[in-house]
Amino acid sequence: MDNNVVLTMRGICMTFPGVKALDHVDFTLRKGEIHALMGENGAGKSTLIKCLTGINAFEAGEIRVDGIDGPVVNHSTLDAQKKGISTVYQEVNLCPNLSVAENLFIGREPKTKIGTIDWKTMVKRSQKIVQDLDMDIDVTQNLEEYSLALQQMIAIARAVDMDCKVLILDEPTSSLDDNEVEKLFKLMNQLKAKGVGIIFVTHFLEQVYAVCDRITVLRDGQLVGEYPIEDLPRVKLVAAMMGKDFDDLASIKSDESPVFSDEDILIDAEGMSHKGTIKPFNLQIHKGEVVGLTGLLGSGRSELARVIYGADKNQTGTLKVKGKEAKINAPIDAMKLGMGLLPDDRKAEGIIGDLSVRENIILALQAKRGMFRLLPMSKQIELADKYIDMLQIKTASRETLIKQLSGGNQQKVILGRWLATDPDFLILDEPTRGIDIGTKTEIQKLVLKLAKEGKGIIFISSEIEEMLRTCTKMAVLRDGMKVGEITESLSQETVMKAIAGGDK
Amino acid sequence: MDKVKKITQKRLFLPVFCMFLVMAANIIYDVACGEFAFSFFTISVRNGVLYGRLIDILNRGSEIAILAIGMTLVVSASAGTDISVGSVMSLAASFCCMLLAGYGVSSTTELAVPLIVGVLGGILMGCVCGAFNGTLVAYLNVQPMVATLILFSAARAIGLLLCNNLIVYVRNDSFKFFGGYLGFIPTPIIIAAVCVVVMALLLKKTALGLYVQSVGINKKASRIAGLNSSKIIFVCYLVCGLMAGIAGIVASSRISSADSNNIGLNYEMDAILAVALGGNSLGGGKFSLAGSIIGAYTIQAITTTLYALGVSTDVAPVFKAIIVIIIVTIQAPPFKAYMKRRAARKALAKGGAAA
Repeated sequence: MDNNVVLTMRGICMTFPGVKALDHVDFTLRKGEIHALMGENGAGKSTLIKCLTGINAFEAGEIRVDGIDGPVVNHSTLDAQKKGISTVYQEVNLCPNLSVAENLFIGREPKTKIGTIDWKTMVKRSQKIVQDLDMDIDVTQNLEEYSLALQQMIAIARAVDMDCKVLILDEPTSSLDDNEVEKLFKLMNQLKAKGVGIIFVTHFLEQVYAVCDRITVLRDGQLVGEYPIEDLPRVKLVAAMMGKDFDDLASIKSDESPVFSDEDILIDAEGMSHKGTIKPFNLQIHKGEVVGLTGLLGSGRSELARVIYGADKNQTGTLKVKGKEAKINAPIDAMKLGMGLLPDDRKAEGIIGDLSVRENIILALQAKRGMFRLLPMSKQIELADKYIDMLQIKTASRETLIKQLSGGNQQKVILGRWLATDPDFLILDEPTRGIDIGTKTEIQKLVLKLAKEGKGIIFISSEIEEMLRTCTKMAVLRDGMKVGEITESLSQETVMKAIAGGDK
Repeated sequence: MDKVKKITQKRLFLPVFCMFLVMAANIIYDVACGEFAFSFFTISVRNGVLYGRLIDILNRGSEIAILAIGMTLVVSASAGTDISVGSVMSLAASFCCMLLAGYGVSSTTELAVPLIVGVLGGILMGCVCGAFNGTLVAYLNVQPMVATLILFSAARAIGLLLCNNLIVYVRNDSFKFFGGYLGFIPTPIIIAAVCVVVMALLLKKTALGLYVQSVGINKKASRIAGLNSSKIIFVCYLVCGLMAGIAGIVASSRISSADSNNIGLNYEMDAILAVALGGNSLGGGKFSLAGSIIGAYTIQAITTTLYALGVSTDVAPVFKAIIVIIIVTIQAPPFKAYMKRRAARKALAKGGAAA
């Protein structure tokens, strides 16, 4: 093996029921390199990584790791960790009910002489780890006390601490805000200087160009190629990922801003709030309007939407839907008024993992109809096929379990679930997270189309650009409070300024 | 070969296979004893009613099958088990007999209230217990094991209180009906069949199955998708209580009395085992009612077979445990994976030899 190479994968093949997930894929990682693994949803990025870390058993091919003679086959993540391969996945895979320190040292707890866990050392070392990463947290608190972003950082800290040769970051930034991403990059560069090879999977192109040295592109389970970053400008990268040139994202919204009258008010929230998450706010949404909620992570942008939908109980103020006062105690009440919510935490609140794609799509509509009016099977199949086709969901069949789909495709199924209920008002919380650029555009177009049909939409996204392309109005949130609305001269600059809080 | 593979991959293959194993053991035993090989399956009519080992299994297995229906729903929706069903059976029986005999009466041949009142009362008592468990689990978020532990230990005592510390005998032919015969068929078989059919229809014709599984797999996501997760879990426990009530009436009618300390003793374990044997995960989520029912009768078949083999009542549980270990091992995913790898290796060796 070349001295400089820390990991090689040759001719990796892997089949899921009905899908060739990986077809003779090669991958090479060098020491001190940040290597981006790019591709659309279902291209095989996550599968390749799972083959490397022992979660999936690959059928053919060979993996070699620096310092280990002979081919390496990992049977579990633990196995992989012992060989110096650590992973941080797209979704946080830690135990929320254990303390931060326990999570950092789970499976490798420092022991005292008599073999019990040395709690003191564990806490001390944990404190050092988080301090090195500039995180201000109490390591003895339970993990669930911290935001998703912090949990993600802790997951990375855990991986980093295990003296790894290969660090895999699978969409680590999708729940981080800019500030935190910056910190992560700093950390990645530190590790790079130490000679760690980093595999970076992300959908954010800017981030790839900000930190990576090399890019490997996959498409439909096949290797497209490996390129030094200088040789692959953005447009070419996108073309390589999609296998075609894509139409400009910026041009999807028409320039003329629509005018709304008071008669068209769909949602009129006055003084609604939920203790501890969102302070009282007012918000009006008209028919055909796309309202963006923007703010840093944890600013209350998701929470505001959740209160309107009844996912969190409204404690003060009133909500009027189409002019009539509405009493919402649970999501089903909101659904009956024509609402829908695509939650941001797909794994915890979106998918029903062990149910099929079909069942996941019809679930909300069935809930709305009630238990005793079962949708006939023919109708279920028709609906499932319609949305698989319309949203181009990559699945072996409509009866495939949703947990077997890639993250982006799962998201599309959930989107299909809500479209099937034919809502008047749809809340989309990070609908494009973990979704490839091609589909992102499709979803943005879909949002605009729905608005044109007279539906009201709340659109929440960490990407300001994406919101600028779709929203006609933006509400800005800061520290659990709605601080303002921007309706005119929407631009990256004005929005950023509003989020940051201007000169104060 | 492909056909065989297709069959073995069916969800219900293993429960059915296990059932066949037990039956095969019976046939071998019969042959070894020099009896007719299929005496196990022989059904004859004696004294005007059906008679035979198979009938006996179906008859005696009724209570477990009825309990298994409710237990399946509870396991699926709440990823927990209702360990109070055996005690609730006993309580329902006690309440029913108390109503029929009148409070404080230890033995009666005359019914104090119409039969239907007593029976419905008993079943209603089961429902109340189910509702109590359901409230604790669904609305107060008590762990299922802890919540049902309360009635597991208390229900029998409440039954005794209701019966004024007596074993109440109801020696009335009309009450014997539920544990007796309808025409020449044992009534428990019919009651169990009706319960199964009603539940199967509910699962097929309504969205109950989808709701229960959805809540069992992901409670939070189900709520966002418009399901009332708590209510669904509550209903599952309610149904489980209802089934325990029905099973209690049957068990009580068999012995014409309410023996608080013995009715339904250890039945909760058999019911849970039936669900597990049916190939259902005790971790909740997807379930198969048919699997549980087959599991229930498999357990009864094991018990009956052991008695037929002359194993004494005291040591029978040991053999039962061994058989259960074998069945559970066969169904365990690591074992399945091992068999698959072995088959693959064999196929490879064969292919290599051919080349």
